[in-house]
Amino acid sequence: MSAPLLELENLRVSFPTAHGRVEVVKGISFTLGRERLGIVGESGSGKSMTGRSILKLIRSPGKVTADRMTFDGVDLLGQSERQMRAIRGARISMVMQDPKFSLNPVMTVGDQIAEALRFHARLSKGERKARVLSMLEAVRIDDPERVSRLYPHEVSGGMGQRIMIAMMLIPEPDLLIADEPTSALDVSVQSQVLDIIDDLIRTKGMGLIFISHDLNLVSRYCDRILVMNSGRVVEECAASELADASHPYTRGLLAAMPRLDETREELPVLDRASWGGT
Amino acid sequence: MSLDTRIGPEPTLSPPSGSGSRRLKRAVSAVFWFCLTLALTFLGLLAITFFIGRIIPIDPVLAVVGDRASAQTYEAARVAMGLDRPLPVQFLSYVGDILTGNFGTSVSTGRPVLSDLGRVFPATLEMATLGIIIGVALGVPMGVIAASRQGSFVDQGIRVLGLLGYSVPAFWLGLVGLALFYAHLRWVGGPGRLDIFYDGLVPYVTGIMLIDSLLAGDFDVFRNAIWHLVLPASVLGFFSLAYIARMTRSFMLDQLSQEFVTTARVKGVPERVVIWRHAFYPIRIQLITVIALSYAGLLEGSVMIETVFSWPGIGNYLTSALLNADMNAVLGATLVIGAVFILINKISDVLYRVLDPRAR
Repeated sequence: MSAPLLELENLRVSFPTAHGRVEVVKGISFTLGRERLGIVGESGSGKSMTGRSILKLIRSPGKVTADRMTFDGVDLLGQSERQMRAIRGARISMVMQDPKFSLNPVMTVGDQIAEALRFHARLSKGERKARVLSMLEAVRIDDPERVSRLYPHEVSGGMGQRIMIAMMLIPEPDLLIADEPTSALDVSVQSQVLDIIDDLIRTKGMGLIFISHDLNLVSRYCDRILVMNSGRVVEECAASELADASHPYTRGLLAAMPRLDETREELPVLDRASWGGT
Repeated sequence: MSLDTRIGPEPTLSPPSGSGSRRLKRAVSAVFWFCLTLALTFLGLLAITFFIGRIIPIDPVLAVVGDRASAQTYEAARVAMGLDRPLPVQFLSYVGDILTGNFGTSVSTGRPVLSDLGRVFPATLEMATLGIIIGVALGVPMGVIAASRQGSFVDQGIRVLGLLGYSVPAFWLGLVGLALFYAHLRWVGGPGRLDIFYDGLVPYVTGIMLIDSLLAGDFDVFRNAIWHLVLPASVLGFFSLAYIARMTRSFMLDQLSQEFVTTARVKGVPERVVIWRHAFYPIRIQLITVIALSYAGLLEGSVMIETVFSWPGIGNYLTSALLNADMNAVLGATLVIGAVFILINKISDVLYRVLDPRAR
């Protein structure tokens, strides 16, 4: 593994409520090289908050603290908003969940992708356009010229998500955070989209944080897996060893997965008492 | 029609002239439907004003002949006014009259209603237009700034201003404005459209004093007209500003919480661009409706403001016509206001379609 790209130590995210501050991420630590890290956990376990706090996109009154949060030697917590803008998109990027909501409805696809380049690279309009078209081709869109003139409501969900990927990868960042990139898509196009991400990540030698609640997908597309529950990492293991996970929460999750090759009377649900979790 | 350009096998191969003529054909049919719906809506408006005129318990004949006329005189006037004919015939002749510009004669002013309206409506139009310009130019940026700094000092200030716009009575603000800026500070002109010695100096062309004075090349009159217009227009502008700023703020807050705004931030787009291009751009469409409604409201003529500023506008005209049971004038003014509403709605409809790619 190469030198660490991202180092997180004791990351905490909290929000104020009527009953005092509530921590949604309670001190997680990990280091990430140019590898593919999966973060799994159920809804509300703090996966997305972890992803967004790396980009410092937790809006006030939410608060992010950490003992250490460095990206490629740069202390992210110490960066000003202006400095963060130079990092967002250009060095760390994020594919969001649902293209229906995460693409601007009144801007053409081409303009939105080009905008990701505009603030990070000095290119002429023509060069930018050429880059946009070749990027659309890279995410396997057949007629990039035509698609770049479409509006988001004119494309399908799967194509929308490929456009999202093109937009997030066009400035060639070093780290991509994919926050449930396929949970809004049909199962049939899920692997198509993930294959594209996987392919581009590998060829460009980037780091990937793949946030999902789908254990199967994560173990298929990642090298290493963090299992999160109520703001804490409960288990960390290589993807290939997921089946031998030891923590009762992970075991519970694994047991609750239906399989095609067996028939069970009843799927077990999580027995939350066994590890004292939520 | 829009679909087959998309899923056709090789759309890029079709000659550009083909798509051009298709676009032209679409534009022509759009204009046709636009005119047709406009005409139908207008006919509906005519029907409404006509039947209002027939239903209300004001006897138009009595208003003309007076209550001491003999039965013969009354009957003769009734026949002369065509009121003895069946209703549909009356309606048709009414529509014909309106289309040929015959709105009847006003009982109280003794002049044709159309020429009265040609005098009073431009006065209101002038004031309302300046008012809406002030309201939009200040209200929209204020709403955007308030939303992008939600909860800040600026936001609170703008919210208080909005609240005042809802709660301060128009006539009070007008009177206080006159007392302060006219009587005390002498910054603006007093009531009326012009100082008395400028009256009638420029010939009537459009009825809009600012334009007429420029056409006549009389800059003294122009200056005096602005001098008089500024205060009432600002008062109207304040009320539309309050409403527009409030609506803009809530539209913006809604947009700023959308996922695509986060997407823009993830891309490293500067906050200024996030706010204006990503959040503000989509709400222009909703804002058009708000502004159009606000403008139409001002064009109705604010009776309060027109009274306080002795502005000879349509609000004043309509009110005095109502009080004098001057039915021709009332119906004529109602018709104009209704037509303005229809037109503004239609225009905002068209703008809507031009600006929103989803509605094209």
